[in-house]
Amino acid sequence: MDKKTALYDKHINLGARMESFAGYIMPIKYTTVKEEHNTVRNGVGVFDLSHMGEFRVKGKDASRFLDYLLTNDSAVKPGKAYYSTMCYPDGGIVDDLIVYKISENEYLMIVNASNIEKDWAWVNNHTDGYSIDLTNESDETALVAIQGPDAEKVTQKLTDENLQEIEYYAHISGLFAGKQALIARTGYTGEDGFEIYVKFEDAEAVWDAVMEAGREFGIKPIGLGARDTLRLEVGYLLYGNDMDHTTTPIEAKLGWVVKLKTDKEFIGREVMARQKQEKPTRYIVGLEVLGKGFPRHGAELYEGNRKVGIVTSGSLAPALGHGVCLAFVEKGYHKKGTELEAEVRGKRIPVKTVKLPFYKDGSRK
Amino acid sequence: MSDIPEKLRYTETHEWVKDLGNGEYMMGLTFYAQDQMGEIVMVECPGIQDFNSGDILGSLEAVKTAEDFYAPFNCKIVRINEDLEDEPALINEDPFGRGWLAVIKTDDPSGYDGLKSAEEYSDFIGE
Repeated sequence: MDKKTALYDKHINLGARMESFAGYIMPIKYTTVKEEHNTVRNGVGVFDLSHMGEFRVKGKDASRFLDYLLTNDSAVKPGKAYYSTMCYPDGGIVDDLIVYKISENEYLMIVNASNIEKDWAWVNNHTDGYSIDLTNESDETALVAIQGPDAEKVTQKLTDENLQEIEYYAHISGLFAGKQALIARTGYTGEDGFEIYVKFEDAEAVWDAVMEAGREFGIKPIGLGARDTLRLEVGYLLYGNDMDHTTTPIEAKLGWVVKLKTDKEFIGREVMARQKQEKPTRYIVGLEVLGKGFPRHGAELYEGNRKVGIVTSGSLAPALGHGVCLAFVEKGYHKKGTELEAEVRGKRIPVKTVKLPFYKDGSRK
Repeated sequence: MSDIPEKLRYTETHEWVKDLGNGEYMMGLTFYAQDQMGEIVMVECPGIQDFNSGDILGSLEAVKTAEDFYAPFNCKIVRINEDLEDEPALINEDPFGRGWLAVIKTDDPSGYDGLKSAEEYSDFIGE
């Protein structure tokens, strides 16, 4: 039985198409994916992302614990956030996540909805020797994201905190629409925007306040369909599609979130250090579709008769008007400008590797 | 309950066919099929040429899936709906009207006569 978020009734009243996603019944779209996508690119949209998981880590060893558990470094200032992967000893990815540093002794980890149970077990399996308290706050927390070039104007109407002082990947705890909230300048769209974490019981009031404050800017609710096209257009990876336990951060071009330059020990370090030195045998790349149509997750890539890769995400890019994909290709085929063919239902479609992001005009700070 | 207009004929691959007279027929995707597919974002049609019954006439790309559409009988495409190039979602918005896919032509009316009636199509999709 799928869980409902605190905003389920809002979505039903808005006429959303609801579908099962990661154990939740979630809004896929309210109008069309294309229209919602363009709303976020050009104006402002609001998302219910309450399915995401939240784990709080508190205690005097919180930093040391996260440094061992995660590939990225906790050495950011309180009030900042960092993106990281969490890996198995063989380098395979357990999950990718954002970590908000509240203080030197307190962090909030935001994990993928589909991985909440797996991650919670994994995190709890590594607490020996650390003085920390772990809390899974996923069921008590709602997340409303306000994204788009007009996001700051809408968000600022609902809080006295000065949002201009909050940089990209920074956050503040304060009142939002009269409710206690964590207000973060983060997102998954390539646009400027905020993610507002509130208590489950405050979610409806916050959602209504955002819709009201956003009215003058033409705010629209945005479903998970457009969330996927928005993230793909800017080349953000999706766990389960573009990376999983069989891929390492180095292969996924996430080497920048692996703290090999520090001497901190962390799970998977040995494999990643070796892989970085020896170079991976495959890489994730962006592909622009040169013909019509578009390959999807699982489509095979060829150079002539030789299979050289596999598509991990593919869609029509609404802001660009052509197909785009993320794909794993063998080393040697990953250089910008390499032309390959994707097999789609028995036909070959020409594609070319390009630099990410596909869409370069986002308002992200 | 899907919308299934009485005066059209239907295929098992969810195309509707309308007799325009003079051996010409308009065809499109049924309401049921577009609803199953979801939002259509791209239509591909190779164009004006001859097809045998059951040949792939073109393909439809939706957000989550892709499907081909097929020749309902031996025919020649005489016109394709060029509005779909810019607005493929017309198939979702108005599948029996502005979302039509192609006009086809045949000299042999038996192919059309052999298609399903609205009632038969309704039974076929279980409604």
